[in-house]
Amino acid sequence: MTSLRSTAAARAPLLFAVTLVVSVFMLAPMALSLMAGLVKNYSAGLKSGLTTRWLAQVWEVYGDTVGASLLIGLGCVGATLLLGVPCAYMLARSRSRAARVFEEVLTLPVAVPGLATALALILVYGQMASFRQSFGFILVGHIVFTLPFMVRIVAAAFQREELVALEEAARTLGAGFRQRFLGVLVPAVFPAIVAGCLMVFTLSIGEFNLTWMLHTPLTRTLPVGLADSYASMRIEVGSAYTLIFLAVILPVLWALQWLAAALQNRYGV
Amino acid sequence: MTQSSAGFGTPRWLLAACAAPAFTFFAAFWLLPVARLVALPADKGWATYFVILTDGRYAQSMVNTLLLSITVTAVTLLLGGAVGIYLARRRFVGRRVLLSLLTLPLSFPGVIVGFFVILLGGRQGLVPTLGASIGIPRLTFAYGLLGLFLAYLYFSLPRAIATYTAAAEAMDVRLEEAARALGASRLRITRDVWLPQLAPTSIATGAILFATSMGAFGTAFTLASKYEVVPITIYNEFTNYANFALAASLSIALGLVTWAVLFAARLIVGNSEVAR
Repeated sequence: MTSLRSTAAARAPLLFAVTLVVSVFMLAPMALSLMAGLVKNYSAGLKSGLTTRWLAQVWEVYGDTVGASLLIGLGCVGATLLLGVPCAYMLARSRSRAARVFEEVLTLPVAVPGLATALALILVYGQMASFRQSFGFILVGHIVFTLPFMVRIVAAAFQREELVALEEAARTLGAGFRQRFLGVLVPAVFPAIVAGCLMVFTLSIGEFNLTWMLHTPLTRTLPVGLADSYASMRIEVGSAYTLIFLAVILPVLWALQWLAAALQNRYGV
Repeated sequence: MTQSSAGFGTPRWLLAACAAPAFTFFAAFWLLPVARLVALPADKGWATYFVILTDGRYAQSMVNTLLLSITVTAVTLLLGGAVGIYLARRRFVGRRVLLSLLTLPLSFPGVIVGFFVILLGGRQGLVPTLGASIGIPRLTFAYGLLGLFLAYLYFSLPRAIATYTAAAEAMDVRLEEAARALGASRLRITRDVWLPQLAPTSIATGAILFATSMGAFGTAFTLASKYEVVPITIYNEFTNYANFALAASLSIALGLVTWAVLFAARLIVGNSEVAR
């Protein structure tokens, strides 16, 4: 099998060429921005020497956006867990028509462009100054957008045949609903819940389409700050800020991916 | 019997209680606001709903967006499919690292992608600088249609590569083996073995890529392109002209197009594939 696979690939110069070109296209900008954020002068290139000056400047002007984005991401994960996991259970167990309709409607914020959702939120809640000017306004937008992802991933796990049997067994043994749900079902779908958290956190931290409309000068997230720096600062500062974004998101992504893989190995789901 | 149809012993009221918090939140922060958004253009007369068709400027913006999204989707499927098949079959050192680097941009906001294209083809960009050093002036492409196209390609490719790699790894190798043993040419193998096996993935991924391109705002916003797309038009109507009814009408049109494409894809290939 291995020999077939490798010879098939060896005889595919076109695929190799496309992969090479695409890889260069995808990786060159990342490398370029890494370099641009650390050199003294971008036009002069690496010859001008390396510096952390731009990173320090970004931290001074936009440092608060890092904490804000992380908190909103965590808040979003917490809220989608509380709202989404029970809802996923309902969707997996109910066979009523209303449940199917709700499932369909719940995914609309993913299909409808974020700009439309943001406009709608502003129309209804824009006049409530204290809500409009708080990070809560952005958080609400993020929850609406990420909830369908959590619900779908977890509902798919709840639907598995053996879980239905497991729940039935726990019920005949006299376990109450609370005990069944928290003691049997939630642990059984834990890998799916972790996968959902990973998805929700990543989406929230990188969200711009909604957030740009929902933010105020005092409630800025990382991507909002990025857009601002790209428009108004020199190219080195924009690059340094991009570096900070990567430094924030990569460890979290890797840690969660590692956790998901470890759970997969342990539970084999 | 009624008990089991309500869900394997869990009573109906309990199931409803499970969904109640999510439903309440969703009704308050999406259904109600969107109902308001949908009703808004009516204040300015029913014709407002159809500006996307009747007003030349908005119609042009919609045509621009459709053409760009369709082209980007087609090119992405082609390139992403090739890379996915290659990565699924070839085992080499650093393959996993390459795959994770290629899919990393999935977590980037659109603004970063726009900035990447500025780094490549902006006024101080790599390509214009290299071009100038070998005597070809004015290779700046970031702020035109080409820049926008490359940026959309950049944020679309990771999703296509990720799904095609997974799909190609799951492909049945025996079919291809048999075809080759029977003397089929490479072209015939591609057409008769690969394409049918990858068709569901292609339709599902294509729909998602198209929808993402239609709604992408951050990328076009960063590039401040002369080629106007609908999300930018909506943003301008809302912030620069405070024309809420018009912005709402355009949002509805855009939402309908993306939703219809995703819905159609799900009808064709089934629910599971289009779940991202």
